[in-house]
Amino acid sequence: MINTATANSKNIILDIKNIDKWFGHVHANQSVSIQIEKSTIHGIIGENGAGKSTLMSIVYGYYQADNGSIYVNGKEAFISSPVQALNHGIGMVHQHFMLVEPFTVLENIILGAETGTILENSLQRARTELKKLEENYSLNVDPDAIVGELPVGIRQRVEILKALYRGADIFILDEPTGVLTPQEVEHLFKILRSLKKQGKTIILITHKLREIMDLTDNVTVMRQGKVVTNKATKETNKEELAELMVGRSVILSVNKKEKKIGREILSVNNLTILDEKNIEKVKNISFNIHEGEIIGIAGVAGNGQTELLEALTGIRKINDGTINFLNKTFDNSRPINAKEIRKDGLAHVPEDRQKMGLVTAFSANESGILGYQDLSIYKGKIFLKKYAILKDMYNKFKRFDVRPSNPILKTSSFSGGNQQKIVLVREMDQEPELLVVGQPTRGVDIGAIEFIHKQLVELRNKGKAILLVSVELDEVLSLSDKILVMFDGKIVGKINQKDADEKTLGLLMAGAN
Amino acid sequence: MLEYFTIFSLLIDSTLRVATPLVFAALAGLFAERSGVVDIGLEGKLLGAAFAAAAAAAVTGSAFIGLFAGILCSVFLSLIHGFACVTHKGDQVVSGMAINIFVAGIGPTLALAWFKLGGQTPQLSGDARFSPLHFPGEEIIANIPYIGLIYSEVLSGHNIFVYLAFILVPIVSWVVYKTRFGLQLRAVGENPEAVDTAGISVGMMRYKALFITGLLCGFGGAYISIAQNAGFIRNMSAGQGFLALAALIFGKWKPGLTLFACLLFAFTDALQARLQGVSIPGIGVIPVQFIQALPYVLTVILLAGFIGKAVAPKASGIPYIKER
Amino acid sequence: MTSSLNKIQQSKNNSPKWITHIVVPIFNLLVALLIAGVVIYFNGDDPFDALLLLIKGSFGNDEFIGFTLYYTTNFIFTGLAVSIAFHCGLFNIGGEGQAYIGGLGVGLVAIYLGHLSPFFVIPLCIIAAIIFGASWSFVPAYLQAKRGSHIVITTIMFNFLAAALMTYLMVEILIEPGQQAPQSREFNENSWLPFMHEIFEFFGIQISVSSLNFSFIIAIIVSILIWFFIWRTHWGYEIRTTGANQKAAIYAGISPSKNIILAMIISGALAGMVGINEIVGVHHRLILDFPAGFGFVGIAVALMGRNHPLGIFFAALLFGALYQGGAELSFDIPNITRDTMVFIQGLVILFSGALEFVFKPYIENIYFFIKNNLVRN
Repeated sequence: MINTATANSKNIILDIKNIDKWFGHVHANQSVSIQIEKSTIHGIIGENGAGKSTLMSIVYGYYQADNGSIYVNGKEAFISSPVQALNHGIGMVHQHFMLVEPFTVLENIILGAETGTILENSLQRARTELKKLEENYSLNVDPDAIVGELPVGIRQRVEILKALYRGADIFILDEPTGVLTPQEVEHLFKILRSLKKQGKTIILITHKLREIMDLTDNVTVMRQGKVVTNKATKETNKEELAELMVGRSVILSVNKKEKKIGREILSVNNLTILDEKNIEKVKNISFNIHEGEIIGIAGVAGNGQTELLEALTGIRKINDGTINFLNKTFDNSRPINAKEIRKDGLAHVPEDRQKMGLVTAFSANESGILGYQDLSIYKGKIFLKKYAILKDMYNKFKRFDVRPSNPILKTSSFSGGNQQKIVLVREMDQEPELLVVGQPTRGVDIGAIEFIHKQLVELRNKGKAILLVSVELDEVLSLSDKILVMFDGKIVGKINQKDADEKTLGLLMAGAN
Repeated sequence: MLEYFTIFSLLIDSTLRVATPLVFAALAGLFAERSGVVDIGLEGKLLGAAFAAAAAAAVTGSAFIGLFAGILCSVFLSLIHGFACVTHKGDQVVSGMAINIFVAGIGPTLALAWFKLGGQTPQLSGDARFSPLHFPGEEIIANIPYIGLIYSEVLSGHNIFVYLAFILVPIVSWVVYKTRFGLQLRAVGENPEAVDTAGISVGMMRYKALFITGLLCGFGGAYISIAQNAGFIRNMSAGQGFLALAALIFGKWKPGLTLFACLLFAFTDALQARLQGVSIPGIGVIPVQFIQALPYVLTVILLAGFIGKAVAPKASGIPYIKER
Repeated sequence: MTSSLNKIQQSKNNSPKWITHIVVPIFNLLVALLIAGVVIYFNGDDPFDALLLLIKGSFGNDEFIGFTLYYTTNFIFTGLAVSIAFHCGLFNIGGEGQAYIGGLGVGLVAIYLGHLSPFFVIPLCIIAAIIFGASWSFVPAYLQAKRGSHIVITTIMFNFLAAALMTYLMVEILIEPGQQAPQSREFNENSWLPFMHEIFEFFGIQISVSSLNFSFIIAIIVSILIWFFIWRTHWGYEIRTTGANQKAAIYAGISPSKNIILAMIISGALAGMVGINEIVGVHHRLILDFPAGFGFVGIAVALMGRNHPLGIFFAALLFGALYQGGAELSFDIPNITRDTMVFIQGLVILFSGALEFVFKPYIENIYFFIKNNLVRN
């Protein structure tokens, strides 16, 4: 109630006050306060892991804050579930649509908001309501279309309609443009503007600067769980926001000698990759890597890095273009075989060690031979060489300081950092010509980070090639000899390390040019 | 001509009788699977209900109490399945199999202890059974050629369960497609997360669906022991629960198509009984086993995607665990 | 400091293996027996008497032990069959049908080649069991791997198809001429597997006559081979990887579809070997419905034995004892029959399969409570 005075002066519809949220030891939101004005579009921008999504999940009732409060229209709101959020007029358009694919648009819209036993009444009411909404907001959706047959852009409109139908006044959109074509993005912006005109409030979570500049009235920048700034969009510019977003954290010093590069190991030419839904994830990219060179790929997660890594290592097929590794050429008709390419000298540290890099249910020494199980050092004519494997793992664990140094233990009983070391030592120890490594230090403690960085640089100094993909800008900056920036499936920048700085990279990563 | 027509009428007559438990069980399975719970325990529930119904009817002499007991037993089994798979997120196939085997053993065990008849219940008669309903004027109309046959053999003279099963199909169809419950049921089997965010409890929906599954299997099982037959004997469901599951898949989890599949499967059964040892001109004797195997062959072919495509509810078989 | 912290954390997260692999299964078994005991009690019999009689009836003398081990043989085969599919993340409910068809293979060899030397015909029977059993699981495996048809449903369908096929063959083709009962003629003695009492007699030891035959030794050898295959070869490694984490398998260049087919073929072959024990081991002729639910017992055996050959041996022994002891038991307590054992089997599947995690946390808590208090004192 004390808040009413300030709320009135600026007409604050949503007032987030001193929110704190811990996940175990991670302080995901640190005393976050944001005021959102009615009938505005408010952008929240930040890198991965900056705490934007956590904050919005708290506002929408998925998580409970450990501390702090939320006021809606000047009244304190206790939101413990999405239903309560809706009761307070807060609706959310999820990144992964919460839609039932075999249902019609209309059925999806009324799900959970029906009344009475018979569906027809609810459907009729929704149909009338929908017509009104469509006219007001230029949403153009056929109410009888099957959602599963609609393109992504239209499905997103269905999500918006769902929230509208439930009487939402505040719309949270979580990275809404990630899955859309440019035309669909334009249409979405049109819809959002008309929503605003009708008095609705929109919170846009994004990592794309262009969207912030084009669309929003106010912007909040978050970094490492904290609010860095709250500003009116017109009082700031892309450069300033990019700088605030990536920050000026200390670059971890890595002792790296100048090194002459050798012959070309890998060249990627006009590579295009589609995902399971036939959406282009990697768009016509080309680059190459030489001996003694670390190529870093910077970018916000979800801009095609995962698909690129998977295509290089034979997990995903090449749709167009070629990949040359050593003296072999692969393309759509000559796919890469994951087992073969490993034998040819391409090692892979996957982005998600638990889902892909290890078998957590296995003992560590079994996880330690994953992908190399039929090498002759591990396998005799018929049987696996149990003691050779154990001895080998024991040595590896000692060398990489894996703790506890007992390879008989179950993989899942090791900490994240030690699991990562198991993957790294497995892949690096085969002396590969090219090491492809994704997010090498994700979820790894500081001590292990330093160790892992040192090992990577050592491998490079031995004259091996490394392709490093990381969303940690610091990491890419300090390790790479050359940096490529990926945005929206394309390489939007190629910079030598000495010419690179965080601001330029931040702008590129956010698709500013 | 009339002779063939008579044969045909009799075939249809027995098809309807054989199809009845299949229809009950398949519609029961429809509710479970539409809610995202795979139910290979239909067989066990049919058998359990058959036993409970026959035992209760034998003791009380009342078919209605028998029916009630059958339903109670089947619902109980269905809720055990829910407890294992919904509450404890256990493996749905393992749980279903456990129920099948459990029932196959406990029915005869209890029957033996209670009735001392070697694992059967006593022969039921009179009020302890549901007997066929005869439509008025059957004898008079029966004499009219063709129409009489249809009236007396196909339409009249069935058990109340047979009529009930066929009335049930449009009702289930209506519930699934035209009511609020049906909408939520279908949604929870396709995308439980969407249902959850819409403020509907996924667990509760699945329990409700399993309750109905139990209820319908109860009718099916009771029909087998106290209407179609006169008492319980060991393993009397004889795979009809699995056949119903096949019909459900063949019917693509839709009530109307499932009914069609049940009738088709029942017809093959009626046909093989008819064709036993009969030589067909130009073909010779068709081994009855080949006709019996037809439903299973058709289902495998369908599952393999060679005729149409059977797409199960997307979330079926997967326990719902909140991601957030 | 860190390492001791690590240790504490580990003991918190992971109770020792013997809790998961021995205490929990035994506890689950006890719960199943308890429920069975309650049912027996309400049927008017004394459950403890029943238990004593059961033990006597299964292990009381060498004849009973012989029959117990004869059942155990079948359950080792079907338990291993279910377990190897489980290792690949598959649920093979088709053991029953695979055993049936495996028996057909054995029978065909014995009928048509039974006059050949035993040293030739018996290995041929074993190979036929393997090939026929494997062929019956190959189609569902192929459809799962390449067309995504759910293996649970297809294996159920294949059980019925096996039953229909066998009925046809027994009634129309293989029936002994001039006989009414649908069974084949008795095989030439060359194809009979030696009974265990005959083997012992050869060495001058007299034991009672039972159905136990050479198949038991085959089952033990196969168990050891399967143990080596699963845990000591890269094929087993690849199968287990496919089952535990399909993404990791693809990452490692392991083809899931190849391994699904491989695991199911072996599974079917193992189930098919029931035919050796039954057809050339005991009946010496093809008969209808000889698998008698043994394929389904394999599910309970595999779940209780934690998919490990040694565990499977003990679980198979347990069910062998239940089957044999249960049969003896019904002479003394007429209310308890083979059906009662089937019902216990269902409970074991329920508690050690679908509800396996219900009691585990409690047992672990008790373990940690005892351990921590003992450490303090």
